[in-house]
Amino acid sequence: MSNASRILPLELRAVTFETERHRLIKEMSFQLAAEGRTIILGSNGAGKSLLLRLCHGLIRPSQGEIIWQGAAGRDPKHFQAMVFQRPVMLRRSAAANIHFPLSIRGIPRSSRRHVIEEALRLVGLGRFSRTPAHLLSIGEQQRLALARAWALKPQILFLDEPTANLDPAATHVIEEVIAEMDRAGTKIVMTTHDLGQARRLADEIMFIHRGRLLEKAPAAAFFDCPQNDMARSFLRGELLWWQRRELTP
Amino acid sequence: MSDIGSAFATAFALIVQGDTHLGEIVLLSLQVSVGAVIIASVIGLPLGAAVAMFRFPGRSVIAVVLNALMGLPPVVVGLIVYLLLSRAGPFGTLGLLFTPTAMVIAQIVLVTPLIAALARQVIEDMWTEYEEQLRSFGTSTGRSLRVLLWDGRYSLLIVVLAGFGRAIAEVGAVMIVGGNIDHATRVMTTAIALEVSKGDIALALGLGIVLVALSIAVNGVAFVLRRTVAPGRAR
Ligand SMILES: Nc1ncnc2c1ncn2[C@@H]1O[C@H](COP(=O)(O)OP(=O)(O)OP(=O)(O)O)[C@@H](O)[C@H]1O
Ligand SMILES: [Mg+2]
Repeated sequence: MSNASRILPLELRAVTFETERHRLIKEMSFQLAAEGRTIILGSNGAGKSLLLRLCHGLIRPSQGEIIWQGAAGRDPKHFQAMVFQRPVMLRRSAAANIHFPLSIRGIPRSSRRHVIEEALRLVGLGRFSRTPAHLLSIGEQQRLALARAWALKPQILFLDEPTANLDPAATHVIEEVIAEMDRAGTKIVMTTHDLGQARRLADEIMFIHRGRLLEKAPAAAFFDCPQNDMARSFLRGELLWWQRRELTP
Repeated sequence: MSDIGSAFATAFALIVQGDTHLGEIVLLSLQVSVGAVIIASVIGLPLGAAVAMFRFPGRSVIAVVLNALMGLPPVVVGLIVYLLLSRAGPFGTLGLLFTPTAMVIAQIVLVTPLIAALARQVIEDMWTEYEEQLRSFGTSTGRSLRVLLWDGRYSLLIVVLAGFGRAIAEVGAVMIVGGNIDHATRVMTTAIALEVSKGDIALALGLGIVLVALSIAVNGVAFVLRRTVAPGRAR
């Protein structure tokens, strides 16, 4: 993955997403560097999933722009992957679930089988290769979803709470895979409610609250001394999502 | 009472001995309805999928119309196809009226909306689940449509069987456009109607038994399929 061919950095310019009744993402502007692990923190309903879907191009901003600065005329969607908060399994075997996107992305037939085996082994699902994916447990489905994303060798990977349903051992496996992808040069953008995990994985933290980006800082600095009041009370576990609107900026 | 008893006995004898007249009627019924359902599926399944997947103006109108047409009375369909195919009608020159082809056409008209409407419901549920994931992979629209048809194959086969059930059991449309001509356009339902009015209860009963057996077989297959799909539905 040479720097020249990368679609990153990603820039958001005053991106707003609204429905008829609510503004759900409010004028977000920031830039994501080509490498490193960015972790998005925020309470339930803060807008984390929406932000990932906006960046990934699944929904269009109502206002503002999303710019892949290195795209150079290429279609950025071919260089990305996403693991959704609720894993979506095609009604096929685990192996076929990985095979499908490989064929969509034009990975040569000859190398597909090898990639599929390696991906399944990576997340400890080797023996489920022929099992119908929708029969797997939710935790297994989530691991399969990550294996599928890994197989695509994306330049940027969006992960929406990838370990939400996982036991400690499986969580460890996932964190290992994420770390390995990071080392291989994949940009990681991930949400989590597990602050311990955020400390373990993050190079950079983005803290969002009620659709606003309140802080974006290197992880060490953020956990050491968050600049934003909301972020501080969030870290102390005091920021409650049912707090009345008047209390928020 | 003994009349009915002996009628049953004769009916079974006809079936077991493989009566040629009865066989001919059953065969034509199957040819007409299977043919109609295959063509109706080729039209109806992608149509239902398209209505489920694409946002276009008039989409909800089409969905409502399909649902309404699903329950179209066979005699009305028969009448319309009759008018289209009759000498004075726009397709009169083809000379199709009172042929098996006319019966196939009538059943296609009857069954396509049913298949499309039921397929739309199946595909719409799947599309809600799949859409963002497929777009995330970068799947083209055409490919997505094929994925939905393939991954929904068991549910869609049940839809097709429902279409077959409607086609094979229907009297009105084939009666009007086929004319119930012996050795030419006589199918099980029209034969039953005629034989009863003529008083040949045995043949009518024999055909009735075959029809019921077919219907049980079709529903049995649908039942097994539904159980095959069920685990996927549980989540
Ligand atoms: N299509 C939509 N229409 C209306 N409201 C929506 C829509 N999608 C999301 N929302 C609302 O936007 C807000 C942000 O949703 P989002 O899913 O991004 O939250 P989140 O930060 O990911 O929360 P969680 O931690 O619970 O996953 C929520 O209040 C949600 O109800
Ligand atoms: Mg979320």
